[in-house]
Amino acid sequence: MSGVRVLVGTKKGAFVLTSDGKRKSWDVAGPHFAGWEMYHVSGSPADPNRLYASQTSGWFGQVIQRSNDGGKTWEPVDNKFAYDGVPGTHKWYDGTQHPWEFKRVWRLEPSLTDPDTVFAGVEDAAMFKTTDGGKSWAELPALRTVKGDLWQPGAGGLGLHTILLDKTKPGRMYIAISAGGAFRTEDGGKSWKAMSKGLLSKYELPDPAAEVGHCVHCIAMHPSKPNTLFMQKHWDVMRSDDAGETWREISGDLPTDFGFPITVHAHEPETVYVVPIKSDSEHYPPEGKLRVYRSRTGGDKWEALTNGLPQQDCYVNVLRTAMAIDTLDDCGVYFGTTGGQVYASADSGDHWAPIVRDLPAVLSVSVQTLK
Amino acid sequence: MTIRVTLPYHLRNLARVDGEVTLDVQGPVSVRSVLDALEARHPMLRGTIRDHDTLKRRAFVRFFACGEDLSLEPAEAELPKAVAEGREPLMVVGAMAGG
Repeated sequence: MSGVRVLVGTKKGAFVLTSDGKRKSWDVAGPHFAGWEMYHVSGSPADPNRLYASQTSGWFGQVIQRSNDGGKTWEPVDNKFAYDGVPGTHKWYDGTQHPWEFKRVWRLEPSLTDPDTVFAGVEDAAMFKTTDGGKSWAELPALRTVKGDLWQPGAGGLGLHTILLDKTKPGRMYIAISAGGAFRTEDGGKSWKAMSKGLLSKYELPDPAAEVGHCVHCIAMHPSKPNTLFMQKHWDVMRSDDAGETWREISGDLPTDFGFPITVHAHEPETVYVVPIKSDSEHYPPEGKLRVYRSRTGGDKWEALTNGLPQQDCYVNVLRTAMAIDTLDDCGVYFGTTGGQVYASADSGDHWAPIVRDLPAVLSVSVQTLK
Repeated sequence: MTIRVTLPYHLRNLARVDGEVTLDVQGPVSVRSVLDALEARHPMLRGTIRDHDTLKRRAFVRFFACGEDLSLEPAEAELPKAVAEGREPLMVVGAMAGG
């Protein structure tokens, strides 16, 4: 019996939404960790019952939770994220240098093959790894040597929010930081390279083509084409076909090329989804119409997907980790809004319906396909 | 010495305790020795009240006892006799902030 489990992190707790393969009726469980900010909840591809959750609070700091039964019960694991050695400084909002300070975990990305191995993307931006199911965490410090002193927080903080693992090359990872840029490792994190050739940030950086400092909001990859990456930058939707060595803009006929999430269809590597947002000073959809845009040509040409989405008076945002897909035969697409709605489409985006309408603001959405 | 500690709602949930926590504390009763005993009993609280390494109080956590705010006192300072004798609790409080 196939099904899906949608893991939703919100400003006030986590929710687990489950359905069968038809994705018509849903069971809503939660809130788990009520009252805490849940930056990310994710499942292990190697063991779907193993989940990890990032639980944070301005008062009480960071907690990491682990479930061994698909989210029915949870146990706290180690929450100590200590930077390796003397952490040094990064650029602060006012241009001065500021000491690296751990604030929270933005992303938990379990290994493709080992349920006990998880990569964590944190604020202030750095990469951590556990190989014992969260009992201890160690930094992969080489990342911050790639001109980390020039990284600068965006309005939401200096967060490492995207981690992509390449199943064809176990040592390869792509990551993205707001506002540090996008980076690649080929050796499991021992060394990193900035992926910035072709990125232009003329409103954000004094040198628009700088090696680091770009405000990359999200990157996505289809597992069958791991050299092709899609990026939603602060402004501009971009594409690379050489593992991030070079980028070209594919914003094409989008109504605006600002936005946060980007994702790729489960079975069509050239089908890409974005949610255009009016601007960086108005974090809501253009014209009050919530539209997902789909390109079936790998970019440049986009179509608005509106069936079932509010087309008037809608002023929510969709954050960078709040869109995901399932891998059922009819690809499901999901996203959550800052207004607390989680929308689902069971037909690649042609039709949408809310699973829930009134959750706290949604910070993250991830999906497990249960087969 | 048996010490009473009250935790804020979210930390009671995290530690899975109801009501007050009672702890046996050896030696001088201070914020530091009480938190050492608390974290030994409930390791999931490490890092949520004070920093893992520096043991510095988190900015939005306060320590109250006997009608006084002791948050700015040295962590090694002895707590009031009423707390040391278990007649009054040490209150760990989430500061009023954030609306």
